[in-house]
Amino acid sequence: MDSLARCEPNASSRFDALVARWRAPRTVGFVALALVVALLPLVMVNNYYYDIAILVALNAIVCVGLNLLIGYAGQISLGHAGFFALGAYGSALLASRYGWPPVVALAAATAGVGLVAYIVGRPILRLKGHYLAMATLGFGIIVSIVISTEDGWTGGPDGMPVPPLTLFGFVLQGERTWYWLAGGCLLLAVWIASNLIDSPIGRALRAVHTSEVAAEVAGIDSARHKLLVFVVSAVFAAVAGGLTAYYGGFITPAKASFLHSIELVTMVVFGGMASTLGAVVGAAVLTILPQFLTVLKEYEMVVFGALMMVTMIFFPRGIVPTLGRYLQRRRP
Amino acid sequence: MRAKGYPERGWPSAQPEGLLLSAAGLPQGVRAAPPEAVPRTSRPMRPQACGDPAGTLCVERLSKEFGGVHAIEDVSFAIRPGTVHSIIGPNGAGKTTLLNLLTGVYAPSSGRIVFGERELTGAPPHEFAAAGIGRTFQNLQIFFNMSALENVMTGRHLRERCGLLAAMLHTPRLARAEHECRAKANELLRFLGLEDYAHSGADSMPYGALKRLEIARALAAEPQLLLLDEPAAGLNPTEALEIDGLIKRLAATGTTVVLVEHNMRLVMGVSDHILVLDYGRKLCEGTADEVRNDPRVIEAYLGATDAPEALHA
Amino acid sequence: MGGQWVQFLAGGLTSGAIYALVALGFSIIFNASRVINFAQGEFVMIGGMSMVSLTALGLPTGVAIAGAVAIAAVVGLLLEKFAIARARGADVVTLIIITIGASIFLRGIAQLVWDKGLHALPPLSGDNPIALFGATIVPQSLWVLGVTVVIVSALSWFFGSTRLGKAMLATSHNRLAAQLVGIDIGIVLFASFGLAAALGAVAGVLIAPITFTSYDVGVMLGLKGFAAAILGGLGSFPGAIAGGLALGLLESFGAGFVSSAYKDVIAFLIMLAVLFFRPDGLLGALRTERV
Repeated sequence: MDSLARCEPNASSRFDALVARWRAPRTVGFVALALVVALLPLVMVNNYYYDIAILVALNAIVCVGLNLLIGYAGQISLGHAGFFALGAYGSALLASRYGWPPVVALAAATAGVGLVAYIVGRPILRLKGHYLAMATLGFGIIVSIVISTEDGWTGGPDGMPVPPLTLFGFVLQGERTWYWLAGGCLLLAVWIASNLIDSPIGRALRAVHTSEVAAEVAGIDSARHKLLVFVVSAVFAAVAGGLTAYYGGFITPAKASFLHSIELVTMVVFGGMASTLGAVVGAAVLTILPQFLTVLKEYEMVVFGALMMVTMIFFPRGIVPTLGRYLQRRRP
Repeated sequence: MRAKGYPERGWPSAQPEGLLLSAAGLPQGVRAAPPEAVPRTSRPMRPQACGDPAGTLCVERLSKEFGGVHAIEDVSFAIRPGTVHSIIGPNGAGKTTLLNLLTGVYAPSSGRIVFGERELTGAPPHEFAAAGIGRTFQNLQIFFNMSALENVMTGRHLRERCGLLAAMLHTPRLARAEHECRAKANELLRFLGLEDYAHSGADSMPYGALKRLEIARALAAEPQLLLLDEPAAGLNPTEALEIDGLIKRLAATGTTVVLVEHNMRLVMGVSDHILVLDYGRKLCEGTADEVRNDPRVIEAYLGATDAPEALHA
Repeated sequence: MGGQWVQFLAGGLTSGAIYALVALGFSIIFNASRVINFAQGEFVMIGGMSMVSLTALGLPTGVAIAGAVAIAAVVGLLLEKFAIARARGADVVTLIIITIGASIFLRGIAQLVWDKGLHALPPLSGDNPIALFGATIVPQSLWVLGVTVVIVSALSWFFGSTRLGKAMLATSHNRLAAQLVGIDIGIVLFASFGLAAALGAVAGVLIAPITFTSYDVGVMLGLKGFAAAILGGLGSFPGAIAGGLALGLLESFGAGFVSSAYKDVIAFLIMLAVLFFRPDGLLGALRTERV
């Protein structure tokens, strides 16, 4: 519209924008998370708690990426454990069999997974709804079967050992060291995801979620954007997978299983779709909970299954948004 | 390049697909590509029959079938830049189908669409948008999960290119671009009287405001040609009058406006040129006076009885 | 050489018949509710495991079969009543998680009621393999095929001639129209789950004597049954049968001639291929998808 005046951003309005951005709930959430990460060691008594925290952080990284795909872009993946495991096994193989420096191995494996996601994503993302769900499911299962069967490479169902992560000659081992590494990576993941959501790409994704027609008509190439977020979420999963492999010193094909994919999706949906912080909360709750449930060893499955059903029936939007809404209503 | 037999996008679709129907010899709605390959990106091509100047939307023998139902049949017309053009017709005449064809939401079964020098036949909707065609919907397609401001900012997508890395790291350059985008979006909201709703969720806005929001969103891309699908539907006479004024203001800036409407007062008052559709075919076209007095149009709307008052509303 | 072919053929048809029954269950539920019931495989498991328990209690075979099917049907009805019915109108992701949650829940219960071990069932008419065209076939295979044919015929009669069956068929073609002519969708839904569960249980009862049964036998069977339903066209009943048989044969011959280690991958590769190139399947049901 030529008749509209072109607004040059001046100094004070830019400052206002900056302040607005700092006050935004997303930034508050990020700061809160950073504080939690920084202060948690004060209450953690022994290595067991550190271990749990690390597992939470690593799961949360996957969930933050998966949330971009499920919550913001409105797609679904029941096979993300496949990307996780490919990142894990990829790093492990490159580092142990070929002697690559672990960080390089991780980077290379992640890039490889990104490529796989790009190739697989193009045909898969043409599907919608249930068909998309089943295609991603099929992908995940194929990955897990291949990993289990090619035991010459992967050690088969028994898994394979993974060399420790080294950085500039320092071996990164031990729960305390890994806590800071995993926590740092989580904060980085959350920061990247939040930036993405606030950008034109994020808006495009949210648009595609609500009305793909309208998004397309506004000039958004929906297929390209869906592929983009699919690849990004796969990369997040691969990084988390690689880190998990290095941390544990060992990986098994169970990490590629359908059950693991379901756990990841449940964490995202439970925590709250379209909420990065929700994904972190979901990962935390659903990683910590089974630790308590091991007490009820045989009842673990029953309770987990029941929990999934109850949450989806009564809190279909997830815990964090439901709580948020509840708190908003209580405010006078 | 699209693979052969690429399945039809179905928005909103009811067309059957599958082996059974193709076996029965019925057309499937798979796009019939013109003899030369349809380019994915624009390639300047001098259209043979549409030799008109730039900015003209030229439609040549356009047809769309849904499994034997001819929704649009052999329609040809040209829309000159800077005019206000209306498409009218009884219910079921195929007006919305035509709009869907003109924005790439449907792929034509045959025929051509050329905008200026750009061949758009068979292109996906975002390429139509990139060519400068914008549109609003009869059934609102507002992004209800965003605020009004974000809706309009999303409309500016084509004007605000952004790389993945820049988005993930929120570079200062992106921050500046976002700031400009926000400013432009606010301008548009003001232009349409929606500045109070800027930060409200779209799901809390009244219907009339949402209709204007869709127009704001479409304008955000700075289109050369704007297609409005029943912009006055569901509005009271005062609001319809505002739409009338809005269309005139848009036309004054040089934007080509194409209107699909039932509100005859609005149509007759604002249009330079009217196209009448009936049963998917072009019934006639011309100025308001020509169309008003055309016996075929009168018959289509009112039957064979002499009662042309409605067209003189 | 010919014997090998017949062997693969027999094996493929047998597992194919089972997949067909599971796929039918998927299609019946999908048609009534547009829900993909991930717990379908658990009905198979419940059928097999219940049969084990009932037989162990000393009940005669016929009664045990009826009992096992009845138990599974009741589970299916309960699932519909307490989980699916409450989540009507929810979006795809939510529904998927609910049925997956149900499947995990049922497996957890099965783990408690029974145990984690493998269980064997005596075959319906003895162990003596039959020599046929150079191949050896267990009599149970013939039972599987025979019973499947009977069931398919019974279903055709049910959908074609009974009131409830016709209502279910009508709903599968056009839900809204069915409601408008007075069909109670709630009842159709209810019955669909019961019927699908019964079908799954029959499959479980039939297959248990050939392959052992255990608390997690449902997972793979469910997924492969789903692949079969997709292959034939989700929502199409003839498609489910054709898809099931086709999948069983492809798997059998693939494992025999290509690679037996990757037998399980075949089903999923086929599913992906169908989804990529022909999402409506071989006999695709009419798709009026509103995006």
